[in-house]
Amino acid sequence: MPKLTLEDLEKLREKAKKATSLRERGEYRAKINVHMGTCGIAAGARTIMNALIKEIEEREVHDVLLTNSGCAGLCSHEPMVTVELRDQAPVKYIDLNEKKVKEIFEKHVLGGTIVKEFALGIGSEKTDY
Amino acid sequence: MAEKKRDKEKTYRLHLMVCAGTGCVSNHSFEVKAVLEKEIKKHGLENEVLVVTTGCNGFCERGPLLVVQPGNIFYQQLSVKDISYLVEEHLLKGRPVQKFMYVPPEEKTPIPVLNEIPFFNKQVLIALRNRGLIDPEKIEESIARNGYKAMARALTEMIPEKIIMDITLSGLRGRGGAGFPTGLKWNLVRQSESSNGGGKYIICNGDEGDPGAFMDRSILEADPHSVIEGMVIGAKAIGATEGFIYVRNEYPLAIKRVNIALEQAREYGLLGRDILGTGFDFDIKVHRGAGAFVCGEETALIASIEGKLGEPRPRPPYPAQSGLWGKPTCINNVETWANVPIIIERGSKWYAGIGTETSKGTKVFSLVGKINNTGLVEVPMGITLREIIYDIGGGIPGGKEFKAVQTGGPSGGCIPKEKIDLPIDYESLTQAGSMMGSGGMVIMDEDTCMVDVARYFLSFTQDESCGKCTPCREGTKAMLNILTRITEGKGTKEDLAFLEDIALSVKDTSLCGLGKTAPNPVLTTLRYFRNEYEAHINQKKCPAHVCRQLNVYTINPEICLNVGRGCDLCRRNCASDAIQGEKNTSHSIEQSKCIKCGACLDVCNFGAVKVE
Repeated sequence: MPKLTLEDLEKLREKAKKATSLRERGEYRAKINVHMGTCGIAAGARTIMNALIKEIEEREVHDVLLTNSGCAGLCSHEPMVTVELRDQAPVKYIDLNEKKVKEIFEKHVLGGTIVKEFALGIGSEKTDY
Repeated sequence: MAEKKRDKEKTYRLHLMVCAGTGCVSNHSFEVKAVLEKEIKKHGLENEVLVVTTGCNGFCERGPLLVVQPGNIFYQQLSVKDISYLVEEHLLKGRPVQKFMYVPPEEKTPIPVLNEIPFFNKQVLIALRNRGLIDPEKIEESIARNGYKAMARALTEMIPEKIIMDITLSGLRGRGGAGFPTGLKWNLVRQSESSNGGGKYIICNGDEGDPGAFMDRSILEADPHSVIEGMVIGAKAIGATEGFIYVRNEYPLAIKRVNIALEQAREYGLLGRDILGTGFDFDIKVHRGAGAFVCGEETALIASIEGKLGEPRPRPPYPAQSGLWGKPTCINNVETWANVPIIIERGSKWYAGIGTETSKGTKVFSLVGKINNTGLVEVPMGITLREIIYDIGGGIPGGKEFKAVQTGGPSGGCIPKEKIDLPIDYESLTQAGSMMGSGGMVIMDEDTCMVDVARYFLSFTQDESCGKCTPCREGTKAMLNILTRITEGKGTKEDLAFLEDIALSVKDTSLCGLGKTAPNPVLTTLRYFRNEYEAHINQKKCPAHVCRQLNVYTINPEICLNVGRGCDLCRRNCASDAIQGEKNTSHSIEQSKCIKCGACLDVCNFGAVKVE
């Protein structure tokens, strides 16, 4: 193991911060909630979740919270996700697949533009974290 | 391989922070962690959920603890059998599980989020800034939380005088007990010339011996890098090249984690020769103490490192002038060192903005005794005892009344309930007859006998007195004898004056801090609870019924016969055949045979046995 220089230490810090940033109760850009009730899982929510993790990992995005929740009550339209940009109303997306969710991640989560053709509606119940 | 791993940090959706402080470990948190990992794997979540072991979270009463991030969801009192349900519900289905959450005493609704729990939300974390957020065995996690940032600054941009100036202006005072201004001490060591040439030393005092105190242990276990970093900064300030961390051998987990941390820091070039390529050399060794209480005293500790008998010596010369191997030595407590990096990082003004006029910053206390939320808390100086005991500590269990709090360890004093609104700082505690000490806080309720408390602490200090100086060796023994006599009902009227007299002499004439403070429990209980002493001596009664020799047990014949129908349970449990009677008749105690064990009182289901 080569000894660190000042510069190495700061580089290491940046990398380590990314790996642990989820633990800080600080600022986040957006929260994505994958609905993973029995219905969601059966309809393929796991694929959606994996696709999102891959997106986050590949794009090195570290201020997006990825959580899951139970059934949203619209079982026939699963898989569903809810995207909530900071200080904005949540948007529910329905009937998703891997391709659609990638597009949502790029356009809505990172770009800030709602992907209307997959959206169910804006402004559902707000969550508190 | 380590290189590769550092290049590509894996992303996880959830981080599960399992507490692995000594408290939670003894409540089987490692077993909980193992099952957690097994269940996660079973559900194929191992690539999206990360399990992290952290140091002490502080809420030891409720261990084993688990905090789920992001979201800060706080789970408590987990057992191995809870885990499969928890993983399925929270991790798989995203439904936080209410039944494992914290419910405040006398309330019904659980509080899911950690920072909304009263135990946590009044605390201000400076020395414990990384608690629950990092794995203490991974240096990267400490670095992510700005570990070694202040050290890098101190080594490259700051001259020693500037470092000392920052520490002085911050108002930081020694957290080991006496509260000596840290900046002043550093300056003294910096200016001391070694008489026989050669270097200077840095020592971290982790010889935490107070019963019920575990601040230093928790810091060393949870965040050893903060202590190491503080010591490197101190070394640069005073011009030392070698340091020691003195930890008692009873702290195996702390020793293990400190050694891992030292090794990792050396490997990364953050310790040892040419730190960060700046040309500054400094290394640290761990010295394991054998657990003598007196070795917390600085000159005794130094003697112990030198391989001599752990006994104090007269000061001056102070260690700052002639310490380890006769060289100028800077010795500070674990918590003091942990405060140093953040003062350098955030500035003395920021630090001096917290606390009171004379006591700046925060203090870590371990809350133990008759309190609902046993644990480790860090609070700003100037907070009142009431806030600590009732808001953070959750009050006294079983609806009992608060009676006194003993601060400062076995040689601190007992502060009565009348002083519950006392703001805590070095001066106010000393004025009340107690002291800050290292931060132990033993809460006592109405069932505590203050004479017995004084006797208990004296028995500890008497046992731990090294015997080198006469006042401490003989004085503690004499005081203990008198106190024991009083608790046995053999006290005389002259005892109190005599006791006070010895206590003051021992306080004034002892060689080191142990003897100088050992009489504190006696003096404060005499000052605030004199009536209890008098009851023991004059009426031969212990008001709290703790001193069993003074208790008289009787059986109310009416209740025994009419309510209990002479159940005979007491007679069968009496070890000394002092109870007469048989089933369906009323029972009585023959006082001459009674050994006052209290077994009859404990077993009677009808309240027929009375103690006076």
